[in-house]
Amino acid sequence: MAVLRYREALNAALREEMARDENVMLMGEDIGVFNGAFKVTAGLLEEFGEKRVRDTPISENTIVGMGVGAAMTGLRPVVELMTINFSLLAMDQIVNHAAAIHYMFGGQVKVPLVVRMPQGAGHQLGPTHSHSFEALFLHVPGLLVAVPTTAADAKGLLKAAIRDDNPVVFIEHEYLYGQRGDVPDDDDCTLRFGEAAIRREGGDVTIVGISRMALTSQRAATVLAEEHEIEAEVIDPRTLRPLDLDKILASVRKTNRCVIVEEGWPHGGVGANLAALVQEQAFDDLDAPVMRVTGADVPMPYSKPLEQIAFPHEPQVVDAVLATFRDL
Amino acid sequence: MAKPLADPPAEAKLPQPDVAREWLATMVLIRRFEERAGEMYAKAKVGGFLHLSIGEEATIVGSARALRDDDYLISTYRSHGHAIVRGTSPDAVMAELFGRVDGCSKGRGGSMHMFDLSRRFMGGYGIVGGNLPIAAGMALASDYRGLDEVTLCQFGDGASNQGTFGETMNLAALWRLPVVFMVTNNQFGMGTSLERHSAVTDLQRKGEGFGVPGMRCDGMDVLDTHTVTCEALRIAREERRPVLVEAVTYRFRGHSMADPEEYRTKDQVEEWRKRDPIEVFGDRLVAEGVLEEDERLRIDAQAVQRVDAAVAFADASEHPAPDSLYDDVYVLGEQVQGWYSVDERTPTPHRGEDERAMGGARLPAGGAYEQAVEQAAPESAGDKPADAAQDEAD
Ligand SMILES: Cc1ncc(C[n+]2csc(CCOP(=O)(O)OP(=O)(O)O)c2C)c(N)n1
Ligand SMILES: [Mg+2]
Repeated sequence: MAVLRYREALNAALREEMARDENVMLMGEDIGVFNGAFKVTAGLLEEFGEKRVRDTPISENTIVGMGVGAAMTGLRPVVELMTINFSLLAMDQIVNHAAAIHYMFGGQVKVPLVVRMPQGAGHQLGPTHSHSFEALFLHVPGLLVAVPTTAADAKGLLKAAIRDDNPVVFIEHEYLYGQRGDVPDDDDCTLRFGEAAIRREGGDVTIVGISRMALTSQRAATVLAEEHEIEAEVIDPRTLRPLDLDKILASVRKTNRCVIVEEGWPHGGVGANLAALVQEQAFDDLDAPVMRVTGADVPMPYSKPLEQIAFPHEPQVVDAVLATFRDL
Repeated sequence: MAKPLADPPAEAKLPQPDVAREWLATMVLIRRFEERAGEMYAKAKVGGFLHLSIGEEATIVGSARALRDDDYLISTYRSHGHAIVRGTSPDAVMAELFGRVDGCSKGRGGSMHMFDLSRRFMGGYGIVGGNLPIAAGMALASDYRGLDEVTLCQFGDGASNQGTFGETMNLAALWRLPVVFMVTNNQFGMGTSLERHSAVTDLQRKGEGFGVPGMRCDGMDVLDTHTVTCEALRIAREERRPVLVEAVTYRFRGHSMADPEEYRTKDQVEEWRKRDPIEVFGDRLVAEGVLEEDERLRIDAQAVQRVDAAVAFADASEHPAPDSLYDDVYVLGEQVQGWYSVDERTPTPHRGEDERAMGGARLPAGGAYEQAVEQAAPESAGDKPADAAQDEAD
């Protein structure tokens, strides 16, 4: 075990996979000479050279598209997009191409592509740089979607993503880049997609937290225990496609209550989807409606106080949990 | 083109003395404003990304002064200067940086998203290349309505690699739209130098294949920039043809505030600084007797004073109220009577009468708003936490 920052864990995953397989190569804006906008790729150009670590022009749709083509013909490209908002420029290649190609060509060809990008509010980056779009990608059949929260998960899932033959949208979080955690050193330690982590055990309510919101949920759980004598079980799904619904349902069957916490918009969100699944499959086990805590239904404002109330903090999670107990 | 233009254009004749002095004063104001904005960022008064145009003032002032009042100007996330040159009060620009209600985008946009409709400054845009089609759309509207306004669209050398560049050039040429595209070639897109990001480095020629002829100006020379932009605007206005102007310039500061600048040498920066557009133009005005040395100092002192006032104004301006969070998501009217009429999660009837109160009712408890306000108070403004700065690399 080593203690690494989340960004360092991602860096280690890239380095190890590049060393392991010469077909792994990186493309992205300012990932080489500049070492990456968030320094995830620091040192890799020096170590692997310009053939394998490519600084690209600002051309998101095209660099993702080139990743698709290269992946179809034998490479394992990892494309970095500086911010999740810029993935919207590449939506055509991600949705119309990467996600569909294996299916529409009858399974003849694979697209082992990873597209990495950070998301999240809190740095006052305003309405074009601060959103959380995991729900957009969750919507698309053919894509795998990862939303790692810890340094260890970041490393294990990125390695797994690179080795997998499906296109993976790998969603990092700007707030998490600086967070430290224990990370296995073992080169072959990968994680499986579709395995949720139980961050805290409890019998009274199930809280599912997505991406950074898994941490917010854990802090809320502490408040619930200390101030309300409510023991929450906190689940971090880690990947949204595939989703470890079994673990979530098992928890709900035990607690009979479910609150879903995400940073993105409410309409058509991760919580909207998961709430539907939970009520379809565990309706009889529920003692209260499934609650959602989400980002505000607005483009992200720049103003710091406004931004702070536009994404969830512990008090909203606590309130939502208490609401599930209101009828008792 | 890592070096300043080898053969700067022959010195053109200066404009009228009062015009020349105004150009200098505006360049100085933009410089002092941005220097102060940088200091305010270090004190955590300004958040997010802060991109300064220091070094590029001649490009900004020379081109914008070629515009008529009814022409449109549209720019990027590096646009404090573009707002100021159009006449937006430095108070409103600084208040925007502070995220306050009196900011030119009411604190919603921040440094990257300045806007002033009344002066036809049609915005700074945070998505590289996003403003090009929008500019052509404005030109389409002018043309459609039979008006002889022109749109001037500023963007960077890096943006010329975005798909919107080629697509917009083609359409603007095809439909003969009155738009001037000005590529501000400051030699870098973030940390990637021009020759590492663009196959064609002679950027003025990059529109040719799409039917958009190019021109080049010395973007370190306010007069040359003005002359060339005037001609480009004339062609767009009278001949109904788009033009691509390359302004060759340099940013003296990092891409944004957290930029270690490992991608360029100190020598290169020094070489360009010798051509500081403000120094060079000021020297010339003094040499030609248009400006006395003490008047030059006075221009500078006035700019500093103006910026001091802008900081005081911004500091005194209120934060946007919590219950204004949902304002302006939609235009309210027949279809949308209140923001919550498009948000089915609201518990009570969907009517427009009590918009603000409903917003308040939905706002989270827990003090996140109050804490942020407190941190921004004059007495508690300290240095930005190192970790936050490190995470704000772009
Ligand atoms: C679509 C998109 N991709 C990437 C970025 C991140 N980014 C912001 S500025 C910038 C460099 C742009 O360079 P250039 O167009 O030359 O303008 P300059 O910053 O030099 O003024 C990049 C890559 C962005 N804002 N939008
Ligand atoms: Mg540039």
